[in-house]
Amino acid sequence: MGPLAPYEIISENTNFLLAFFIGIAFGWVLESSGFSSSRKLAGVFYGYDTVVLKVFFTGAITAMLGLLFMSLFGWVDLDLIYVNPTYLTSAIVGGVIMGAGFIMGGFCPGTSFCGAAIGKIDAMVFIGGLFIGVYGFTFTYPWWEKMYMAKFLGFPKVSDKLGMSDGFFGLLLILVAIGMFIVAEWAEKKFPREEY
Amino acid sequence: MSDNTKTERGKKYLNPYLGGVLLGLVLLAANFVSGRGLGASGAVKSVVATSIEAVNKDAVNTMPFMAEYAQSHSGSPMKSWLVFEMLGVLVGGFLSGAVAGRLKLKVEHSPKITSRRRLIFALAGGILFGFGSQLGRGCTSGSALSGMAVLSMGGFITMMAIFGTAFALAYFFRRNWI
Repeated sequence: MGPLAPYEIISENTNFLLAFFIGIAFGWVLESSGFSSSRKLAGVFYGYDTVVLKVFFTGAITAMLGLLFMSLFGWVDLDLIYVNPTYLTSAIVGGVIMGAGFIMGGFCPGTSFCGAAIGKIDAMVFIGGLFIGVYGFTFTYPWWEKMYMAKFLGFPKVSDKLGMSDGFFGLLLILVAIGMFIVAEWAEKKFPREEY
Repeated sequence: MSDNTKTERGKKYLNPYLGGVLLGLVLLAANFVSGRGLGASGAVKSVVATSIEAVNKDAVNTMPFMAEYAQSHSGSPMKSWLVFEMLGVLVGGFLSGAVAGRLKLKVEHSPKITSRRRLIFALAGGILFGFGSQLGRGCTSGSALSGMAVLSMGGFITMMAIFGTAFALAYFFRRNWI
């Protein structure tokens, strides 16, 4: 019965060790999918390479379905799995700032570490920027505290908010993703790039 | 430039849908083993918190964001799940790159722009992403991807805000990429 660490089936130190191995798998999948290249990542915003969209949505849906089925079979207790809180204002404003960072920098934090691991200097500089940004937020936090804490809605599931069962929402998400994949395949043919 | 591209692509990348399924299985494993999703920016925050504490032992009492952080993380900030996970990401990324023949120290950029311009934008983008990830309580990994897998409303909102903004601004930064 999972999750293992919250149920204390594995110790804290074992959990940290497994975190390291999970990280290795995470880094391997990101790099071998091409996420160590900013020009591949940015491609999704111009249509010439939509690997981000395909990997990201296939990944989210695979994990979501896996959790739903494992819960259905009684293999995992969803009540013990961390669900991100929803602070509406900061989720939107933070997301907008990150989106601007994405199109300018060509990486997100996880992919920049992957790029740095294979020697991309632009990824290393991006990571330097991440540190400046995190220091900046930490030191100026009192200025943003009100926005950071605003519109706390608890830990809602999007399916509950839309009045659907988790399974039905999952099905809808799969259909939306398939629609996006079709557009993505079309875009790659319409805006091809020989090399980048 | 074309030579670089050729050697860099010595081995082809994974099929993206296969890569996605594998990514999903890794995320599922994280949830099953540790009851939490993947992340990245949280590890940067741990290092930042550690360094601030090293310089100013009293930071937890005098800096509200450090106090907030200490509240949700017991013990040393470096002994955190995300720090170990991100060390793994560096190793996994390096191994994948080594196997595929993609290890190379270089600044990757469009042939239409200089390395210097690429690095300036990488730095600016990193600063924004770092700042935004703190305000938004997690980045593309921790908030958007992992949040979506557990159907968190905040995760979906952050995901749409990140990708929506990047799409909306793509036109203004096109010279950097196409």
